[in-house]
Amino acid sequence: MAGVAFREATKRFGGAVALDRLDLEVGDGELLVLLGPSGCGKTTALRLVAGLEEPDDGAIEIGGRVVNHVEAKDRDVAMVFQSYALYPHLSVGRNIEFPLRQRGFDRDERRRRVADAASTLGLSELLDRKPRQLSGGQRQRVALARAIVREPQAFLMDEPLSNLDAALRTQTRADIVALQQQLGTTTLYVTHDQVEAMTMGDRIAVMDHGVLQQVDRPQALYDRPANTFVARFVGSPGMNLLPATLEQGAGGKWEAQVAGSALAVPETAATAAGGAGAALVLGVRPEHVGIGPHGTVDATVVIVELLGAEVHVACRLGDGTNVIVRQDAAAPRPAHGEAVRLAVAPASLHVFHASGARVESGAGVGHAPVPGEGATP
Amino acid sequence: MSRRRRVREAALGYLLVLPALCVFAVFVFYPFAQNFRLALFQAPPFPGLPSRYVGLHQVGQVLTSSSFLESLVATVLFVVMVVPAGLLIGLLLAVAAHRRLRGMAVYRVIFSSTVVTSVAVSALVFGTLMDPVVGLLPWLGLNPSPPILQNTTWALPAIAVMAVWQFLGLSFIVMSAGLSSIPEEVLEAARVDGASERTVFWRVTVPLLSPTIFFGTVVATIYAFQTFGQVDILIGPTNAAFEHVNLLVYNILNTIEIARTTGQAAVLSIVLFLLTLGVTLLQLRLVERRVHYAQ
Ligand SMILES: Nc1ncnc2c1ncn2[C@@H]1O[C@H](COP(=O)(O)OP(=O)(O)O)[C@@H](O)[C@H]1O
Ligand SMILES: [Mg+2]
Repeated sequence: MAGVAFREATKRFGGAVALDRLDLEVGDGELLVLLGPSGCGKTTALRLVAGLEEPDDGAIEIGGRVVNHVEAKDRDVAMVFQSYALYPHLSVGRNIEFPLRQRGFDRDERRRRVADAASTLGLSELLDRKPRQLSGGQRQRVALARAIVREPQAFLMDEPLSNLDAALRTQTRADIVALQQQLGTTTLYVTHDQVEAMTMGDRIAVMDHGVLQQVDRPQALYDRPANTFVARFVGSPGMNLLPATLEQGAGGKWEAQVAGSALAVPETAATAAGGAGAALVLGVRPEHVGIGPHGTVDATVVIVELLGAEVHVACRLGDGTNVIVRQDAAAPRPAHGEAVRLAVAPASLHVFHASGARVESGAGVGHAPVPGEGATP
Repeated sequence: MSRRRRVREAALGYLLVLPALCVFAVFVFYPFAQNFRLALFQAPPFPGLPSRYVGLHQVGQVLTSSSFLESLVATVLFVVMVVPAGLLIGLLLAVAAHRRLRGMAVYRVIFSSTVVTSVAVSALVFGTLMDPVVGLLPWLGLNPSPPILQNTTWALPAIAVMAVWQFLGLSFIVMSAGLSSIPEEVLEAARVDGASERTVFWRVTVPLLSPTIFFGTVVATIYAFQTFGQVDILIGPTNAAFEHVNLLVYNILNTIEIARTTGQAAVLSIVLFLLTLGVTLLQLRLVERRVHYAQ
């Protein structure tokens, strides 16, 4: 086992930059989730580690060794492809055995390991079947078995759950985490699903357009997003973002003008953001917006969505900005089209520069210490 | 309602295939059936006299003639030479051209170009290359005697080389299509699993290509059985090595054109048909069981 590192790794396809100076380390034995929307360069990053692509600039390291020019077959990593890429002409047993054959394990050792991997993943009964005779979930497990059968330096998993139905996905998610902890193998896990990322990763690296946005523990990512992209992408629904202008009101208090209404902003954040007249983006999680007479921002209710335990109320501000409010299902529900007032506690406000970057204003500010965080429904 | 619609749809379907069916009927089905009748009649000794019904007698006569047996041996040898070589070289070219390299499109065009090259032209080109005076062989210091195209040992292989060359374009196209139907990720998975390029080729590419290879084998066999032009243009009945290169189709033509025995030619045609059919069925039965179709 070994850590995996990207050192300023850049990959271009023609003129397009698929991966832009990616600097990222996956610690030995760690499960790091690479999260980002489709087309942001996640698969490209994995393929660089697997040796299926070479970086145009920068380096890839496995176990502290630069492997830029090491061929895929000599890298000793295992990859689970999004399509599973099973060998259609080989039985399940032969599929799992394939990497062992390539590395010259003797027959008894091969048989023992295939049996082990198959029983770990509940495939013992299916060893003689062909991949086409399996369900999606079974194929996915064969792909996993083929990866774990030879204790590689690292696992690379490319959205392995995206072809499964919701129930199976939740189950397999837990299985993979348990398996990874049991084996202790360094794992780079790619997904576009933030729920999957939040529940699985030791740490999450968020990417957009080939650029790394933030690397942090799931909770930290939720509580202190580094920019508006992460704020929107992590969380379901994502953070509400309100364009605002900073003003110093009567008595020296800092206020942000949002769609004609005023929201109080902590002073530290206000000074760090550039003082009076600065253009800002205010962020607030849906669960930190209240509806009631104590509110300060005028809005109209557009949609009320009931999701069982909770209710999402979509409101529109005077300037057309949408704000989602997450409420308990038991709370009084506003009606469609109703004019309401929204309340936001200054402590739960995230302040971003107009450019999208977070306004760094010392510890505590912008942090939302709410018990029983509802990051993942 | 839905029944009426289905009837109307079926009627439309038949209407649409009708033109093609007419062409096939006139140029394929009718001659094919007529050929069986012809085989039962003996051509008259002089043109203009009526044919004589001889039944199966003529069949036995043809099948035991030395001309037929020579022709059969030459044809079978020819098929054995052309089919594996044509497929293997086509496959290797396809694998080479499958790599995404700059300028590869030019090579793809070149490799597939023999499909649109006429047999007459290619036979003339090869005839020149194999010419004992101005050809490539003497230039290379190879000068078999008698000259290669009159040589009882080398004339058939020489024609086989031409046939392979002519078939390469189709073989290349078929193999290329097969290769591009193999999911790239499966090959990549094998590489990540530690397989060398050689292992990837033999353990993954070839098995996944087996439906294509099988299809190619059938097509190549039929193609080889029906080779005619090269022999007609470069060998001819006066050639010293003629009976070693007298492929079945050419034999059929000679039987009509020179011997003017249409009945015997009809028997030979039926033999060619049965031979092709038999080999194809055999391939279907034997090979298809071992073919891996991905879902
Ligand atoms: N082989 C390729 N040729 C050209 N462009 C590519 C290739 N592979 C990926 N790309 C481009 O690189 C970007 C990142 O792709 P990818 O890594 O597959 O994204 P993701 O896995 O995050 O969905 C995309 O814009 C994609 O179109
Ligand atoms: Mg991808």
